[in-house]
Amino acid sequence: MFKPTLFVLCLFPIVWLLWRESMGQLGANPIEAMIRELGLWALRLLLLTLCVTPIRQLLQWHALIRVRRMLGLYCFFYAVSHVVSYLWLDQSFDVGDIINDIIKRPFITVGFLSFVLLIPLAITSSNRMIQRLGGKQWRQLHRLVYLIGILSVLHFWWMAESKSRLAEPWLYVVALAILLAMRIPLTRLFLKPPAR
Amino acid sequence: MLIKTSTELSDSAVTPEAIYLQRRQFLQLGIAATASLLAPNIFAAANPFASATKSPLSTTEDLTPLDSVTSYNNFYEFGVEKTDPAQNAHTLITTPWTINVEGEVEKPGMISMDEILKNYPLEERIYRLRCVEGWSMVIPWLGFPLSHLLKAFKPNSRAKYVQFISVDRPEQMIGQKQKVFEFPYQEGLRIDEAMHPLTLLSVGLYGKVLPNQNGAPIRLVVPWKYGFKSIKSIVTIRLVEKQPLTSWQKAVPNEYGFYSNVNPEVDHPRWSQKKERRIGEFFKRKTLMFNGYADQVAALYNGMDLRKDY
Ligand code: HEM
Repeated sequence: MFKPTLFVLCLFPIVWLLWRESMGQLGANPIEAMIRELGLWALRLLLLTLCVTPIRQLLQWHALIRVRRMLGLYCFFYAVSHVVSYLWLDQSFDVGDIINDIIKRPFITVGFLSFVLLIPLAITSSNRMIQRLGGKQWRQLHRLVYLIGILSVLHFWWMAESKSRLAEPWLYVVALAILLAMRIPLTRLFLKPPAR
Repeated sequence: MLIKTSTELSDSAVTPEAIYLQRRQFLQLGIAATASLLAPNIFAAANPFASATKSPLSTTEDLTPLDSVTSYNNFYEFGVEKTDPAQNAHTLITTPWTINVEGEVEKPGMISMDEILKNYPLEERIYRLRCVEGWSMVIPWLGFPLSHLLKAFKPNSRAKYVQFISVDRPEQMIGQKQKVFEFPYQEGLRIDEAMHPLTLLSVGLYGKVLPNQNGAPIRLVVPWKYGFKSIKSIVTIRLVEKQPLTSWQKAVPNEYGFYSNVNPEVDHPRWSQKKERRIGEFFKRKTLMFNGYADQVAALYNGMDLRKDY
């Protein structure tokens, strides 16, 4: 039951968002509120995906691996919604303006990079693709997720920096730093559960 | 229209302390009520807000709903998020209030809000407001031309620019206390811009006293310039000879110039200014030169390179 429950839970943010939008509860600029919240959930799901392996190791909860792909794809789903809302509702698909935005605003540049890098990971998430690539190459490719994590947090940081409102991004910097540190072999040595 | 002569002005420029204290008792009644109580002698139109005349300079576009106008504000004195001012601005005490008019004028002095409301009949002016961030509103302001007030203080021949300074009260303004920006906020206009009939000093919107988050008790409205030029909660107006530095010029000189006219052709260094989101609308609309006021103001900038003087 764990996986179906999690599946429904992950849908909740977008359902809740669309519901508030339809009720006019997103404030004076609902489009801006929507773009922001979708981006925030993309980042949250990215970090949740990165939690799977450390938790699995620490708690010896191996079945957890079964939800990793789902969390990763949900991250992609929210990222796509975030980016499509931006392209459509914010920029009305004006290619020139969009290219300009990507070039001129560093926070958009890194958000764009992070999104582009997410695409191959989503495409190669199926069992068939894993088989076709072979385990080793697949794993190597999916190490990109660490870079994506850094770029996404930087995207958030730079966006917030221009308004000197960094309390929230700090939270994500710390969370990401911990999650990345747990990947360092030396840290893993210390975190190994006692032999039984 | 009533423009006080300078002698009249200096007589009444400083309101006695006792009357100030007395006024404090009326705080909760709001400025309008206070003004009508203290000025029963200005015939039937005791409430200047109710008797405002409609201006032919108004746009006929749909108004932005009041709750959007009062809940989505950039007013860093109360925090940097748009929703902050509506939550935090109640702590600013706006009565009593005086504006100091100084510098290159023949009759420098103070003028109180009560005198302002008594001397300058209010008009309703429905203007577009375009924020530099790319959104816009249509707001029914109540106010009077800045030129009426300036003329009463008699600017001299050295008065080439007008500098405006906002209130500086960290204890009443949480954003100031947290120093999120260099305060007090300062703005400026060239004298001909300041004297232009579209340039408004506003004391209200939607028929009522200006809410604190919108710049109470008195603010500038310059509809053909980006919103940050329309400085809020003004306490000092200084006529000067040299172009004054504005807060945003000081903070980010390569991004914000002195003029800051709405101009879809000149992008902000980090984003396009071609379009704007009218609050309440689903898609963006095209931004107009001088925010649609080109017919009235373009002549002010004849021969200037608006790319250089952004
Ligand atoms: C082409 C790619 C992307 C574009 C163009 C883009 C654009 C934006 C824009 C315009 C904003 C709102 C800025 C504002 O309201 O001032 C934003 C915020 C944000 N984006 Fe993105 N983004 C992209 C990719 C991503 C990705 C891949 C993630 C995460 C995995 C992400 C996470 C966020 C976060 C966390 C915020 C801040 C939300 C908040 O303010 O609470 N973005 N992005």
